[in-house]
Amino acid sequence: MSDQAPVLEFRNINVHYGPVHVLKDMNLSINAGELVCLLGGNASGKTTTLKTILGMVQPSSGDVIIDGDVVTGEKIAGIVSRGVTMVPENRRLFKRMTVKENLEIGAYLRTDRDSLDAEMEHIFEMFPRVKERLNQKAGTLSGGEQQMVAVGRALMAKPKVLLMDEPSMGLAPVLVQQNFDIIERINGEGVTVFMVEQNANMALSIADRGYVLLTGRIVLDDTAPNLLANEDLRKAYLGEVD
Amino acid sequence: MTDTLERTSESEAPSPNPVDWSKVQKWGSLGGLTMSFIAAIGMVAALDKRIIISPWLSLGFITLLWVPVAYGYIAATEKASDGSPPPVKGARDIISGLVTGLISGALFALFIVIIDAVDLTDVFRNLGPKLVELLTFGLGLGAASVIWIVGSGLLGLIGGALKVVRPTVRRVVSSAAMGVFGVALLELIVTDISQGLHIEFVTDWLYAINGGLTTISAIVVAILFGLLGLRSDDRTLTQRRLDRMNLEPQVLVRRNAIAAAITIAAVIFLPMILGGLTNELLANVGLFVLMGLGLNIVVGSAGLLDLGYVAFFAVGAYTTAILTSPLSPTWTPELTLNFLSWEGWLILAIVLVMAAIAGLFIGTPVIKLRGDYLAIVTLGFGEIVRILFLSDWLSPYFGGAQGITNIPSAALGPVEIKGTNSQAMFYLIAAFVAIAIYVSWRLQKSRTGRAWTALREDEDVAEAMGINTTASKLTAFVTGAMFASIAGMLFAAKVGSIFPSSFKLLVSIIILVIVIVGGMGSIPGVIIGAIVLIGILGGPTQPGLLQEFGQFKLLIYGALLVVMMLKRPEGLWPSLRRQRELHHDEMSQDSWLQGTSYQTGGVPEDEQGGTRYTDDAAPIQDGDG
Repeated sequence: MSDQAPVLEFRNINVHYGPVHVLKDMNLSINAGELVCLLGGNASGKTTTLKTILGMVQPSSGDVIIDGDVVTGEKIAGIVSRGVTMVPENRRLFKRMTVKENLEIGAYLRTDRDSLDAEMEHIFEMFPRVKERLNQKAGTLSGGEQQMVAVGRALMAKPKVLLMDEPSMGLAPVLVQQNFDIIERINGEGVTVFMVEQNANMALSIADRGYVLLTGRIVLDDTAPNLLANEDLRKAYLGEVD
Repeated sequence: MTDTLERTSESEAPSPNPVDWSKVQKWGSLGGLTMSFIAAIGMVAALDKRIIISPWLSLGFITLLWVPVAYGYIAATEKASDGSPPPVKGARDIISGLVTGLISGALFALFIVIIDAVDLTDVFRNLGPKLVELLTFGLGLGAASVIWIVGSGLLGLIGGALKVVRPTVRRVVSSAAMGVFGVALLELIVTDISQGLHIEFVTDWLYAINGGLTTISAIVVAILFGLLGLRSDDRTLTQRRLDRMNLEPQVLVRRNAIAAAITIAAVIFLPMILGGLTNELLANVGLFVLMGLGLNIVVGSAGLLDLGYVAFFAVGAYTTAILTSPLSPTWTPELTLNFLSWEGWLILAIVLVMAAIAGLFIGTPVIKLRGDYLAIVTLGFGEIVRILFLSDWLSPYFGGAQGITNIPSAALGPVEIKGTNSQAMFYLIAAFVAIAIYVSWRLQKSRTGRAWTALREDEDVAEAMGINTTASKLTAFVTGAMFASIAGMLFAAKVGSIFPSSFKLLVSIIILVIVIVGGMGSIPGVIIGAIVLIGILGGPTQPGLLQEFGQFKLLIYGALLVVMMLKRPEGLWPSLRRQRELHHDEMSQDSWLQGTSYQTGGVPEDEQGGTRYTDDAAPIQDGDG
């Protein structure tokens, strides 16, 4: 699946929020087509990692590299046009806009506006439900439908790398399963997925590889089956989950 | 209020509820207080000269008489709680209304007795023998008290009875009452139109010599409007508009085209048959529509609460004045505002550039602030701009308190548009309003417009989608500034001389009230808001149709704003988007009650590659992964 060319890299990234050292000497390397998850508990720096990739947070040292280019210091719009988009935590749709408008905002930066319809068709194919709800306010949808729209909105940008912030957050267990199925499908279509999760068991069940973050430092880095088998991790995380 | 829930009382077993005495007491006392307050602020005395039905009913007394009717109606309303059957109607409502009215009347009679006994004119100018004489109709205190108590009781009874009768009857009565009131109030404009159409005999018959309808014409008008009320149905205006959305597209397009054609024809032909005064009024409305549309972009679309909007109006007016007036302190040019020559366009261009610069200058430092902070800072900037124009320091450039006079009138080719020729002025302003409406409408539909909406909804996510939030906000701010500057330019050409006192904070607030009352984010809403506030009540310095209300204008603005926020927060003519926003909770509740919620089984099973989900309560499927 992966062709071993890193599409997203962190080189010795340090991030500070004022005096707080949030990410410590972080190194990541994600290859094209991979499905990688970043595991960690509360306040371990997971969301900050995603924000650093998107340029919403600037690292105090180190480089973010996308497709071989150093993008540290670039604006969000620049990163998004390089093909990196995020599905935010808790979905956070524009609740009072219609589903269609939400999808269109996702394609805000695309210049090839003619092919948007094709993109939308593709999303409908994946989520027929979204098509049914196209002119409904996003806020009136159920949690599962909102998740589909959130993913659809991100896909409208035709991303190379999809960042997912806690896809299982706030969803009923049956919807969590469904959500992970969606992520697997998107990854199957060739989109690199970098997912941040607390639900280690579920995340590792679909991921190729995983990183484990502990108070801002990566403490484990292995393939998913190895991580699942790892005794320390089981004790630290899997015991706690559900 | 809950017309749809009403049933006729025969259809259900009547279980008469007891009268809610505490509620009656509350509304009765409130009614007495309201009436006393209205009399105390001098409204009754000031508006007594304006006759509604000659010779026995004046506007002054109407400001009192509506109170028992309305409060009686409110006191008669039993609050229906969720899930319980709609309240049974009957005698209790009528009794509630009657007693409410009686209490109000008694309190008001007491008020009259007190001001008769104690002369308070030293403290409260209005509370003197004159008011007593007016309120006692020249009769003795005793007789007048009886009249007020009995009359108020009867009006309260009418209010309560209105609650009991069928909706049709209620509609006919309110339509007839509103018709008589409206036709009498709009005497000026009706006379104006009939003169334009050379059918003066209609208004000669309709109105008495001292103004107001005659008793007979009032009855005729009441019957006509009553019949009109009979024809309409129970749907509210917004419901109608929502229903319209479900029409066939072709029908909808045709109807919209017809509505647009009628509006355009009215704008073109109406001024021809209207007199100077009415055209003047319309021109003022146009100016405020222009500014309202601009602020609507800033506040309604982008969600930036700008309380210093008048600054850009001032920049437009002062730029025009400095460029064109021979008495301008800075230079003495010979430019004219001729919109068919290059000079007019040059001035327009410079005005727009100046507004953009001012917008960037004010906007850049404050645009990162959110909500309340932005409002306070822009309020400060608005005042700073006015004070700069007023200051002695800059008076060599802007003339200080003396302002700039002798601004030439605008012109379209050979046609000079003097401020005194209100008809031509109206056409000029209408042309700019038309352009502004088109630009607003295009912007709303555009990519930028959508980015503004996203920004208003969730700034962080909008940013993550790649929207440059600072640039988007500044664009909205500057676009709004440009609209206001054009209004400023037209204002300068219209009035011929400008002073810093024309650009007070009040102007910003009134424009904001127009946007809110009309319905945030709605273009027709802005127009309707401007007509209601500027055309009917009057602007900050411009008289409206009801000039008599002039001194109570701000009080009415305030009351209107409070009532609107409580009862109709979406505005008079809301954009359908906002309508749905504000009633979103009800809608999702409805869908939940109808069992159309989709909490589980979100994706059809065949989409799931064999994984099956049941549609009922979600089974826990975790742990086997």
